[in-house]
Amino acid sequence: MSNLLGLEVKKIVETTPEEIEKVQNWINTVEYKEKNFARQALVINPVHACQPLGAQLAAHGFEGTLPFVHGSQGCASYYRSTLNRHFREPAPAVSDSMTEDGAVFGGQNNLHEGLENAYAIYKPKMIAIFTSCMPEVIGDDLTAFIKNAKNKNCVPKELPLPYANTPSFSGTHIYGYDSMLVSILQTLTEGKQIEGRCTGKLNLIPGCDFNTGDYREYKRILKEFGIPFTMLADISDTFDSPADGTYHIYAGGTKLEDAADSINGKATIAIGPYATPKTFGWIKDNYSGKHVSMPMPIGIVKTDDFVMKVAELFGKEVPASLKNERGRAVDAVTDSHQYMHGKKFAVYGDPDYLMGYVSFLLEMGAVPYHILCSRGSKKVEKELQALLDTSMYGKEGKIHMNKDLWHLRSLLMTDPVDAVIGDSHGKFAARDAKVPLFRFGFPVFDRVNKHRYPLIGYQGMVNMVTEICNKFIDIKDETCEDRQFELMR
Amino acid sequence: MSDNIRKIEGITKESTEALIAKTLSVYPEKARKKRAPHLAANDQGSGSACVKSNKKTVPGVMSARGCAYAGAKGVVWGPIRDMVHVSHGPVGCGWYSWGTRRNMMSGITGVTNFAMQFTSDFQEKDIVYGGDKKLKTLLQEAHELFPLAKGISVLSECPVGLIGDDINSVAKASAKELDIPVVPCSCEGFRGVSQSLGHHISNDTIRDYIIGTREFAEPESPYDISLIGEYNIGGDAWSTKPLLEECGFNVKSVWTGDGELEKIAATHTVKLNVIHCYRSMNYMCKVMEEKYGIPWIELNFFGPTKIRESLRKLAELFDDNIKAKVEAVIAKYDPIMQAIVEEYKPRLDGKKVMLLVGGLRPRHTIGAYEDLGMDCVGSGYEFAHNDDYDRTAPEMPDATVVYDDPSEYEFEKFADALKPDLIGSGIKEKYVFQKMGIPFRQMHSWDYSGPYHGYKGFEVFARDVDMAINSPTWKLVKAPF
Repeated sequence: MSNLLGLEVKKIVETTPEEIEKVQNWINTVEYKEKNFARQALVINPVHACQPLGAQLAAHGFEGTLPFVHGSQGCASYYRSTLNRHFREPAPAVSDSMTEDGAVFGGQNNLHEGLENAYAIYKPKMIAIFTSCMPEVIGDDLTAFIKNAKNKNCVPKELPLPYANTPSFSGTHIYGYDSMLVSILQTLTEGKQIEGRCTGKLNLIPGCDFNTGDYREYKRILKEFGIPFTMLADISDTFDSPADGTYHIYAGGTKLEDAADSINGKATIAIGPYATPKTFGWIKDNYSGKHVSMPMPIGIVKTDDFVMKVAELFGKEVPASLKNERGRAVDAVTDSHQYMHGKKFAVYGDPDYLMGYVSFLLEMGAVPYHILCSRGSKKVEKELQALLDTSMYGKEGKIHMNKDLWHLRSLLMTDPVDAVIGDSHGKFAARDAKVPLFRFGFPVFDRVNKHRYPLIGYQGMVNMVTEICNKFIDIKDETCEDRQFELMR
Repeated sequence: MSDNIRKIEGITKESTEALIAKTLSVYPEKARKKRAPHLAANDQGSGSACVKSNKKTVPGVMSARGCAYAGAKGVVWGPIRDMVHVSHGPVGCGWYSWGTRRNMMSGITGVTNFAMQFTSDFQEKDIVYGGDKKLKTLLQEAHELFPLAKGISVLSECPVGLIGDDINSVAKASAKELDIPVVPCSCEGFRGVSQSLGHHISNDTIRDYIIGTREFAEPESPYDISLIGEYNIGGDAWSTKPLLEECGFNVKSVWTGDGELEKIAATHTVKLNVIHCYRSMNYMCKVMEEKYGIPWIELNFFGPTKIRESLRKLAELFDDNIKAKVEAVIAKYDPIMQAIVEEYKPRLDGKKVMLLVGGLRPRHTIGAYEDLGMDCVGSGYEFAHNDDYDRTAPEMPDATVVYDDPSEYEFEKFADALKPDLIGSGIKEKYVFQKMGIPFRQMHSWDYSGPYHGYKGFEVFARDVDMAINSPTWKLVKAPF
C-alpha cells in the first residue's frame, strides 16, 4: 500500500522516554543555546506583531472613527480579536474582503463598495483606511482609489478618509501606529492652521500604548497642572467603556474638531520616540508652538522629566498635589526597595516600553539583566546601553537585539534571572524557568483588568512596585520552610 | 414530521421576515440584494437550507469571518501536536493565531509538542527576492532545534502566493534531505471566501502527503475507529476519546486535536471514521471512503440526548459486544446527566439563546441547550455550506431566524429584537453584547473553560451556561440613579 504521491509506507515509531528525556535536558543547555542563537531564518515566538494592528489602535483613538482594513478579511478579524482579548472590549472594524479576483484586478472595487456599505451601516464621522499584505504586494494605488471613491460619491465628499500604507512585511505594529496617526492628523488639520491663532492647549500623543490606565493618568496629571490639553489618538474611553446596558460603537476618541485645531496648539508632546518618529517629524514641521518628543514616563526619573517639561512648556510651577504624589510614590519605593534590590530581571517588548522598564529597574536597584527586543535597531541598542551605563546596576545588563522568546527561553535556562517583565506570551519561558512573569506589556490575554492600571507616572511606579514586591513576598511565603514562615515580611 | 415541528411563542415566519427586512433597510441597494438570500426564517419541516451560503463576504459590512490561512493553521494543521507548523510569510498571521484557539496538547512544549509560533517573518527583501531560500534554511533549523518533531507543515500567508514562490519544490527537497514529512499548504488568506477553503486545502494536503504513509505496529481489530473533526478545544478529546474507549472502541487516531502525525497517517487502516466537525473534515472522510472503503458516520457529543442518540447510532454499525457496552455506558451516565439537568434546568427553563459560530456548533449545540430547557431563537454560521444548513433546519425551531455570515449590525439588530437570555458566539461579538447587558459565552473557545464534549463536557457546559445567565453581576448593569 502506498499513498497518493507514492510516498514510502513506514511503521509508526513511538519516541522512547529516553529520547524525550535526552532532548528535554538538551534544550536547557548552553550547547543548545548556541545552536538556537545561530538561527538565521526561523523566528520562534516573536514579540512583535504587524503594522496594521498598530494602525487600528491609532484609528480607534478618534471620535466616531471606523477602522477600515483594505485587504483580506481574515486580517481584520485577527486585529480585532487581538484587541478584544487584551482589553476585553469591542473593537469594531471592517475590511473590504479582497479575494483572488482582487489579486488580478486590484482592490479598487472592493474598497469602493466597502466604503459605501460601511458608511451607510455604521455612520462613522471618519473612516481610517490602512492596508494589509495583499494590496501592498500587488501595488494598489490608495491615493488614486480614494480620490475616485469621493468622485463616485461612495461616501460624502466631506467625510475624512485618512489612509496609510501599512505592509506587514516591514516594521512592526508601532510603525503602523505612526503611519496611521500621521495620516489622520494630516487629513484633519488640512487648511486648519490659522495665522496667529493659539489654542493655548497642550497636544499630547501617548504613543503606541495599549494601557488605558496610562491615558487616564496623563489626563489626570495635566488636570492637576490645570493645563488645557488635547490628547491625540485617545483610546481610553474606546477600550474602557462603561457596561451600562447600551452598546456604543464609537465609545470614545479625540474629538475630530479638537484634533483639527491641534495644529494651532501651544505645544505638542509626542511620547515614545520609537512609536511616533514620522508623526513627530511632521508635527515639528507643521504645527504651531513648541514640540517635544519624550520617552514613556515610566519610573520616577522619567516621570520627573515629563512633569518638568510640561511645567516648562506652560511656564507653570509643578503643582503641590503632584509634588505630594511624587513624595508618596517615592515613599512606596523606599518602603519596598529591599524586595527588589539586586533581583535580576529579563525584560522584553517594544523599544519605548523597554526604555521605561530598564529605567524603572535601575531606580529600584534591581538588575535589568536580559533586555530583549524582537525588532529593534542599532539606535535602540545604543540608547539602551547608554541607559545601562548610567547605573552600577546596569553593568551586567545584556542587550539581545532582534531576538525572540525562544532565544529568551535559552537565556533563562542557561543564565537565569529572578523574574521576567513582558507580555503574556512570555509565560511559557517563565514557567519553564520557574520565575514569575510581570505582565506590563501588550498583549495581556491571561489576567484581568491589567490595562486599567497605569504604568506611567508616579501612580504607575506605585503599581509596578506593589505588584512586583508582593509577588516576591508571595513566593517566599509559598516556598519557605515552615520554621521560616513568619508574620512579618 | 409535523408532530416534530417546534414553535416559539411570538416568532412567526412573518415576524422573522419583517425583522430581516427592517434590518437590511439601512443597507445600500446592492449590499441589501447580496445579503437578503443569506437571511431567512427556518422551515423546520423542509429539512433543507433556507439561506444561501459559502459566498463572498460583502465588503465593508463587518463580517466575523477569518481566512483560509486561519482555517488551515488554526483549525486543521495547528492542533497536530508533534509537528512544527510554520506560518510562512509576514509575522502577523502566526502571531495573532498563536495559542488563541485553545486546542490543547499533551507532551512537553519544545520537545514533543510544538504549541509555539514559528514564522519566516517576511521582510521587504523576501517579497522582492522571494522567500524560498529562507524557507529552506528555516526548515533545516527547525529540524535541528526540534529533533523529535515528526514533520513540518508550511502554511502560506497571502504574499507567498502573490509573489510566485514555489514552496512545493522546497518542501519536497527538504523532506528528502531531513527525512521527515514537510507539507506545503497553499492556504493564503485571499483564497476562497472564509476559513472553509483553508480546511479543504488542508484536507487535500493530508490526503496528498500524509494519509497512507504509516502503518500501526499493532494488529488490526474490528473495533478500530478514528475520531475526525475533534480539535480538543478546552480538552474536548480528553472527554470523547475515553468515552468511545469505554464503549469498546480502539480510537486509533484523533484528527487533529492533540493529534499525532504518524497515527493520522495510518488512519487508512481503521474500520470506521467517526466525524464530529463535518464542515472542516468531511473531505477526508470522503477520500478515505473512496480510496480505502472506510465508512464514516456523523455524531454529536453535545448534551445527553444527542450523545445517547449518537452512541446508539454508532453501536448499530457493530456487533452485540459493542451494543451491550454502549447500553451499559448510557445506563451509567444517564442518572449522572439527569442529576445535572435537575440541578440547572429549573434556573434555565424557557431561556432563549442565539448562536453564531463557525461551521458545526450552531446546530450541534442546540440539543444541549434544549436538554437544559432552553430554546434556540436564532442561529447562523460564519463559514457553513449548503449541506450544513440542510442539517440545521430540523434542529432549529420553526420560523426562527437563520443567518449566514451575518454582519455585526445584523446580529446586533436580531438580538435587539429577539432579546435572548444568552448569546453564544466569538470574542469579537462578546463584549458588544455584554455592554448591552446580555449574558454571553464564547462558543469557539468555550470561553477559557471546557471541555464541552461528551458526558464530562455537559457538566461543565451546564455550569457555564447557568453561570453566564444567572450571574448576579448582570443586575448591576443598570444604575439606580
